[in-house]
Amino acid sequence: MNLFEHIGRYFGMLKSVFSRPEKGKVFRKMFFSEVDSIVINSIPLVAFLSVFMGGVISLQTAANMGSPLLPEYTIGYITRSSTILEFSPTIISLILAGKIGSNIASEVGTMRVTEQIDALEIMGVNSMSYLMMPKILATTLFLPFVVVISMALCLVGGWIAGVQSGLYSTETYLIGIKAFWYEDQFYLYYALCKTMIFGFLITSIPGYFGYYTKGGSLEVGRSSTSAVVASSVAILVANYILTQLILV
Amino acid sequence: MIEVTNISKSFGDTQILFDIDAKFTEGQVNLIIGASGQGKSVLTKCIVGLHEVDEGGAVLYDGRDFSAMNRSERIEIRKEIGMLFQGSALFDSLTVEENVAFPLKMFTDMSNEEMRERANFCLNRVDIIDKNELLPAECSGGMQKRIAIARAIAMNPKYLFCDEPNSGLDPKTSILIDNLIKEITYEYNMTTVVITHDMNSVMEIGDHIIFINQGRKWWQGNNKEIIRTDNKQVVEFVYASSFMKNLREKLING
Repeated sequence: MNLFEHIGRYFGMLKSVFSRPEKGKVFRKMFFSEVDSIVINSIPLVAFLSVFMGGVISLQTAANMGSPLLPEYTIGYITRSSTILEFSPTIISLILAGKIGSNIASEVGTMRVTEQIDALEIMGVNSMSYLMMPKILATTLFLPFVVVISMALCLVGGWIAGVQSGLYSTETYLIGIKAFWYEDQFYLYYALCKTMIFGFLITSIPGYFGYYTKGGSLEVGRSSTSAVVASSVAILVANYILTQLILV
Repeated sequence: MIEVTNISKSFGDTQILFDIDAKFTEGQVNLIIGASGQGKSVLTKCIVGLHEVDEGGAVLYDGRDFSAMNRSERIEIRKEIGMLFQGSALFDSLTVEENVAFPLKMFTDMSNEEMRERANFCLNRVDIIDKNELLPAECSGGMQKRIAIARAIAMNPKYLFCDEPNSGLDPKTSILIDNLIKEITYEYNMTTVVITHDMNSVMEIGDHIIFINQGRKWWQGNNKEIIRTDNKQVVEFVYASSFMKNLREKLING
């Protein structure tokens, strides 16, 4: 299949995914179960990565600020801007595309090759909607909360790294964090909007690859890899398009 | 009754099924037999709608043209179908009881208590007792098949499909599964369609047998007629081993 056939089939799948669930009660239960397994379970990894990345961003900024004309609070300002604009929404989404994406593709792919999806269809269940809608909605709606947590922890990481290494004081860092916030708060809305789009991509694309897996366990592995690659590429392309549309 | 008329199926340039006509009667165990790769599973998937039949073919469930229906109309018929898959196809993440109660949860307004009662009734019917909280991976192959039968009958289906129910099972468990399918078919007056390679099943439960060869219906009859048939392909398939050949000769010669 060429790229355009994949894209066409992907949108065809989305049409089936977003159809009315067979039973609202079952859907609600699955939705909250997915919020827990996809979103809440990702928080420890995201927290760990965010603290360390925040530290690295601030240390690298401090190390590259050779000019005495630049005020010291610029370090905090740059850490905040980098975190909100790119690190938390994009890098965290890319990392989660690996974690969540491979999980979804292999879960759905295994269901396909072991005929569990056929069993759902025979019973009269819309298998695409049943399997994917709770995952897609849970991630799309709740990933922004994870990203907000990541942003906060990134700034904490930057503060800890800078202060303990003696590169700047807490006061200077806080001045940088708060600098030009009134003008820049739009960045936060931009970041959260694109996080929702990324959340949609990192669940729907692996779902697609898993659903159309053919063969056995080897193909499930291949689907999982393809899903992670495709969703990472989709995130980067979407990031560029959204930046052009919203920010420029 | 399920009636299929002029069923052909192609995948790209490769034609798998050629103009198959068949009737599967209610209250009988209908077998589809044939060597591997001859189109038995494709035929069954066409009948249950997992594959679309080529133009000109029709699948009628008690006169209702399933192949001409849209998705929502098909769902109503699918609620009347139970299917036992070759690999059982139990949902890995659900317990035994949850697997059996799954169709009830999706399509009925039963309370949790009623669903549990019905699930336990179906599990007892297939002799699965006190295993409700196990996961499918914790059950043996034979148990998984029986749980899958319990799930298939949970909604009181009118039509039951079994795709190689004996594959991977020891002879004793195979006989148990065969007898279970037979008993359930007679008890609930279902239209049962079984795909099998197992000659023991053919002899034990074959009320009506269709032999598929090279994508075509080659022969039909019952488990008594298959002993005396002189159809070359059927004889070569059913009596492939010398033991079976000798057995046939003894049966024919009384």
